[in-house]
Amino acid sequence: MQSLDERTVLKRVFSYVLMAILAVIILAPFFIGIWTSFLPTMEIAKGNMFSTNVSLDNYVAAFTRTPILRYLGNTVVIAAVTMIAQLIFCSMSAYAFVFLKFRFRKTFFTLFLVTMMLPFEAEIIPNFATIKQMGLLDHFGALIIPFLTSAFGTFMLRQSFMQTPAELKEASDIEGLNHFQFYWKIVLPYNKISMITLGAYSFLGAWNQYLWPMLTTFSNNSRVIQNGLKQLKSEETFNDWGMIQASAAIIVIPTIIVLFIGQHYFKSGMNEGAVK
Amino acid sequence: MSTVLTNITKSYDSEKPVLNDINAEIQTGEFFVIVGPSGCGKSTLLRMIAGLTQISDGEIRINDKVVNDLPPKDRNLTMVFQSYALFPFLNVWDNVAFGLKARKNTSQAEIEKRVNEALKMVNLESLKDRKPRELSGGQRQRVALARAVASDAKICLMDEPLSNLDAQLRIKMRQEIYALQRKLGLTLIYVTHDQVEAMTMADHIMVLHDSKVQQIGTPAEIYKYPANEFVASFFGVPPINILPAVKVSNGRINVNNDFEVNIDQQVPADNFKVGIRPNELVIEQADELHANASVKSIEFLGDEKIVYAKMSNNGLEVAVEVSSDADFKAYDTIKVSATEKVLLFNGDGVNITRNAEDVVNA
Repeated sequence: MQSLDERTVLKRVFSYVLMAILAVIILAPFFIGIWTSFLPTMEIAKGNMFSTNVSLDNYVAAFTRTPILRYLGNTVVIAAVTMIAQLIFCSMSAYAFVFLKFRFRKTFFTLFLVTMMLPFEAEIIPNFATIKQMGLLDHFGALIIPFLTSAFGTFMLRQSFMQTPAELKEASDIEGLNHFQFYWKIVLPYNKISMITLGAYSFLGAWNQYLWPMLTTFSNNSRVIQNGLKQLKSEETFNDWGMIQASAAIIVIPTIIVLFIGQHYFKSGMNEGAVK
Repeated sequence: MSTVLTNITKSYDSEKPVLNDINAEIQTGEFFVIVGPSGCGKSTLLRMIAGLTQISDGEIRINDKVVNDLPPKDRNLTMVFQSYALFPFLNVWDNVAFGLKARKNTSQAEIEKRVNEALKMVNLESLKDRKPRELSGGQRQRVALARAVASDAKICLMDEPLSNLDAQLRIKMRQEIYALQRKLGLTLIYVTHDQVEAMTMADHIMVLHDSKVQQIGTPAEIYKYPANEFVASFFGVPPINILPAVKVSNGRINVNNDFEVNIDQQVPADNFKVGIRPNELVIEQADELHANASVKSIEFLGDEKIVYAKMSNNGLEVAVEVSSDADFKAYDTIKVSATEKVLLFNGDGVNITRNAEDVVNA
């Protein structure tokens, strides 16, 4: 009996130790990054990672000496507009695919899926040509218009909308709700979790864009944060690593906020009690 | 002022119709129960009355107006779903008010008055701020009822509203629904597969089977004068015993070659059946020489016992109701006979009992 106990204890100790080591390996770069953002660049260059010379100077420098605020502003606007547009357009098209009966519904949906299977990189040249023709290069439009809707979002919301109980639709029919009322008052609230998921996903997607804005923006007026960060690094011959770290820390913050807000809603059981 | 169904037919694609030639008249203010085994099309019929399902053929009139092509909301009715169909993101109060708000022809003060009254009527006032997920099954059911009560529609459709509840709660809700219907003077069209629910609540019962109406009548009529073998065996617990019979002489028939019964009518020479309710069968202990059946099992129900016996002739099983102090054990040999209150069915299962009323009242 006792030996059995010892073995379970040992097993548990082993698995916790393993998990702790893995956690350290995964989290270390993140925390080293945050830590170095508080250190003067000279100390970092000397490799003096345990310096006690901690200050917020790098953050002050990032905000005052670089256009990072401008980049942040651009990105917030672009990401927010992209998110709102995707929520509206994806939910409306998903609604049509689920609740409206029309000819070639399946065909249209398959076409949607086909576009999802094509990686964005493969569409970059035609998209670039289109944007150029429209005269939108180095303009917010170039970063927003191609992302107003997404096949993935439509697909995801369609799967979610299909789970809406048919009785809710029937109950709404009896109360005389039209399609828009049903969409707005029942379908959207019922699928709140999926909507929040898509919102977070599209916001972070827009926030983390790098390749496309690199191609289509060339001035600080429209440059977004990820490219801005790159810009900080190569602009100067001597890289101010402390400040770059501080900037990187700043641009991670919205990601963390979105995840924390999202986590609150990703609780299961939100829709319990609708139908038995 | 009534709901009239004329020659209603529903078929999907080229298959056999789900419902065939349904005719009925549902009086205003009555409790009308549509009952039948699962898959008989009773929910489809209800959905057609509601307007949620298209009618293939026939006509539905509500208060002398043909409503075949009217959308559900213009038929002025409410519906309670088997699954309740509550809105999980709204609290109880808003769930009840939802329909009234959606219709937009009721003032805010009127909505509040109606919803509060409806919640009071189903005893949910104290829970009005809860979400559906914080309610028990019976309470969710009550919210669905309150929604129907709050509406000003005079016709209420219910699709197996009690089938998700446990037995005790079902009896309680049955009484509550009945009381509500009487109090509000609703025309209630109620679908169920449970013959007990049908018998206890209905003013009139429609028995559906095999996509056709088998019989429409009051619970007493349905029980005492079933139109055919199906209706007879659908109502009554345990179900009626159906046994083959042949004519012995005028006024006397032989049942299953096991025992004889006196009857007061002409019968065909053979190829007919008798239906005997379990409480009309009589059994007594008998030695093997005189016995015509043996006891298989016994159910004790408190004030009575149900004896299941196997007839010796062709192994048919019968159920017999005896008083709870009767002393029978499994494998006892017994002699089965019957009173004269029997039902007769011809080869097609149609009730051919003459003067059925006299037989039952005799």
